[in-house]
Order: sequence, then C-alpha cells, then structure tokens
Amino acid sequence: MRDNLLVSTSPHLHKKESVKMIMWLVTLSLVPSGLAGIFIFGLGALWVMALAVAAAVITEFALQAVTRRKITVLDGSAVLTGLLLAYNLPADVPFWLPVVGAVFSIAIGKQVFGGLGQNIFNPALVGRVFLMASWPKYMTTFVKPMSYDAVTSATPLAALTEGKALENISYLDLFLGNRPGCIGEVCILALLIGAAFLLLRKYISWHIPFSYIFTTGLLSYVFGAKTLFAGDWISHILSGGLVLGAFFMATDYVTSPLTYKGQLVFGIGCGLITVVIRLWGGYPEGVSYAILIMNAATPMIDRYTRPRIYGS
Amino acid sequence: MKSLIKEFSKGITVLNPTFGLILGLCPTLAVSTSLFNAVGMGVAATFVLVFSNLIISALRNFIPARIRLPSYIVIIATFVTVCELGIKAYLPGLSKSLGIFIPLIVVNCIIMARAEAFASRNRILPSIFDGLGMGVGFTLGIAIIAFIRELLGSGSIAGIGLLKSNEFILVMILAPGALLTMGLLIALSRLMGLTKR
Repeated sequence: MRDNLLVSTSPHLHKKESVKMIMWLVTLSLVPSGLAGIFIFGLGALWVMALAVAAAVITEFALQAVTRRKITVLDGSAVLTGLLLAYNLPADVPFWLPVVGAVFSIAIGKQVFGGLGQNIFNPALVGRVFLMASWPKYMTTFVKPMSYDAVTSATPLAALTEGKALENISYLDLFLGNRPGCIGEVCILALLIGAAFLLLRKYISWHIPFSYIFTTGLLSYVFGAKTLFAGDWISHILSGGLVLGAFFMATDYVTSPLTYKGQLVFGIGCGLITVVIRLWGGYPEGVSYAILIMNAATPMIDRYTRPRIYGS
Repeated sequence: MKSLIKEFSKGITVLNPTFGLILGLCPTLAVSTSLFNAVGMGVAATFVLVFSNLIISALRNFIPARIRLPSYIVIIATFVTVCELGIKAYLPGLSKSLGIFIPLIVVNCIIMARAEAFASRNRILPSIFDGLGMGVGFTLGIAIIAFIRELLGSGSIAGIGLLKSNEFILVMILAPGALLTMGLLIALSRLMGLTKR
C-alpha cells in the first residue's frame, strides 16, 4: 500500500503530448508538401530530402555522442530540421549541398547553443542562409516544374521583383505548385493541408501565420506596383516561401514569442521585413531573412509582452 | 628576467587580446580575409604597441591623471603616423589592401587598454615586454583567423592558390564568416583552457 503513494511536484495533471510527439506530428504534417514536391520536380527532390534528413540526424547523434550528452536523435527535431532545410532548396542542387547545409544547421544553428530549446535562430533557416551566402549560384537555379529534365527557369517572385507582370502562370498554377521554386514551398494546397492539421490539433496558433501573411499581403497591395494600392498581392502571398515560412518555420516554439500579443508583433514584423526585402532589397525573396531577424528580436518581444501579474 | 618572460607570454596565452580579452575586434574581423593582410596588420599594431608602451611608461610620472587619455592618444597617433608613412613608402601593396585600418590603429582598444592598464603603472622594461607579448598574441590571433577564412573562403594560403575549383565557402570571406570563425575559435581556446572563462 505504501508503495502506491507517489510524491511529486506540480503540475499533477498533464497531457500525454510530449515534445517528441509534437515534433513527429509536425514532420507528418509536412509530408503532403514533400510528396507534391517529388511529383512536381521528380525524384531529385526525394534525394535532396533524404540526404538532408540523414545528415541532420547523423550530425545530431555524433555531436551528442562526442560531448557525452543524452542522445535525443529520436525526438524528431533533427529530422524536422533536415526536412525543412530540404524544403528550402531547389530540387537539382549537387548532392553535397543539402549535406553541408544540414550539418551546418544542426552544428552551428542548434548544438552550439546547447541543443533543442536553447537555439536563438531557427536551425533550418540558419542552414539555408549559410548555403545562400556561400553558393548563391546553386541556390537560385530552379528547375522548371513538371519537365523532369533540369531546364532552369526564373521564379515568379524574381519576375515580380523586377516589376514584370506574371505571364503564363495563373493563380491556380501558383496555388497547386506548377511553378519553379524550392521543393517544399511550391504547392500551397499541400502546405495548407498540413497547416490545417496543425491548427486543428492546436499545435500552432493562428496568430503568427495569419498576422504574417496578412501584413505581407496588405503591404504588397499598397506598395507592390508603380502606383499605390495596385500591387498583385495574391501572387505575393502565393509565391516564394511565404506560406511554408509562416506556418512551419515562423511558428517554431523555441524561437518565437510565448504570448499571443508577442506572436502578433512577431508576425507583423516578419511581414514588414519580407515585403521590404522583396520590393526594395537585393534578394528576390525575404522570408528566411525576415524570420531570422525576428527570431533575434524574440527575447525583446517576450520581455515587453510579458503578462502583468494580477494585482501588481 | 623571469617576470619579463611572464609579461611577454601572458599576452599570447591567458590574456590573448583576440581570444582572451576579446579586444581590437574591428581590425580582427575586417582585415582577416587573407593571411598576408592579417600578418601586416599584426606587425603594424605590434610596432605601435611596443613604442607607445615604452613612451607612456617613461612619461607616466609626468602625465597629469586628468588628461592622461588625450596624452596617450597623441603618443599613439605619433607612432601610427610613422607606421602608416613607412608602409606607404615601402609596402604600397599592403597599404592599399589595408586602407583605412592602418590609421585606425590609433583607436585600437588593445593599445589603449595596455597603455591604461599596464604601461601607466609599470616600469619601462616590463612595459616593452607587455607590448611585445600583446602584439605577438594579436598577430597570432588574427593570423589564425585569416588562415582559416582564406583557406575555406578562397582556397588559398597567403595568396597562393591551392585548388582550382569554384566550390569554396564564399561566406567565409564575408563578414558572417569572420564572426563565425572568431566565435568558434574563442570557444575552442576556452575549451582547451588556453584562455580564461
């Protein structure tokens, strides 16, 4: 009888959902977009994903073994980082590029800070930005969709930045992913299926993605054309990595604010920076830089949006 | 003699300006894109350090405490000007690639820190050895960073190309590469116990 008395500290009631389970479910929610990527760009996309995930997992395992810490490879966070990195790469990159990016993501983006929960920046985006700065040629050469023979082509966003109207690409093409781009960002429909799953299960809240996308849409409508209030905001929302970034990378628990108020500030900031980079910056796409810059601002947002203790 | 060696060696190990004191980061980050530039910068800074320490130490009882910093600046600026004109005359190539960073040695915080923390309170000989040690430590630090950045970023050592390829890590010769290399080397030196936590 005495053995049945357990003495433990609060909280005494908790959900069965663990970090591990959430990580694997987020990975699962990314599967439709990956399948769409393979369908659109061919088997090269599958190779990029496999290499990035394998390199991320091996790096995490090796670093934790070398530093004699608990091996937490099976918690799914390294798999998720590798997969997100692959989703941010074009489908026909050389085989070493996803490997180098994933090693950098895990080693410099995550383990240097102490592992899961300690990192300041989203590891997958750290890897992507590193690759972008080091090998811009490979990172901006995109395959034409549905052709499977490595015909390169400019992204719709590059055309939008240059102020050209989008030719030959309808909104439906953008929505279904029939356009050049990175593996996981093109098929908005598949991304929305995964995002709906995460929202319905309440693993992510609507605050960051909606404020991010709304801000981007509004600002690109106002400033996106030569005259005010004439921008092609639908194309701005549907092209580039905005939907992928807003639902799956800006909402990373570790690197985004804790309170809903803070998350709104975070999303609006991301949208603002994205539009500024897209319309006036040197790069055609600004989603990854926007999220990373706001990651850096997250501790400050948390400090100013801390809930007031009742009565104080 | 033993204490002089100690004054010299502390600048290379425990109080290394780059990895221990984390001073003089501006030239360290800006000039470490190639080994040749880095060593040139290190030698120039060492020259200024040794002579400014010497003069400041010799004048330490004559400089009024309230205007000591302007006085140090005047002394340091004198040697920086000597150094700058010398490099311009004899090494015009180096002068061109280092550019503004040679005159900027005037405001290098290693030199101000050693003047304030050491030379103004110690006798001449220890001050010279302190300056020499700090200068060698700075040169070593910036040279190690430059070696890594040049090798990874442009595949060469001191301007001599090793590999004919275009797959180098471009980011290493850009500003983020400087900060990355620097941060990882500081972590490594602390892990190995070379510099203090």
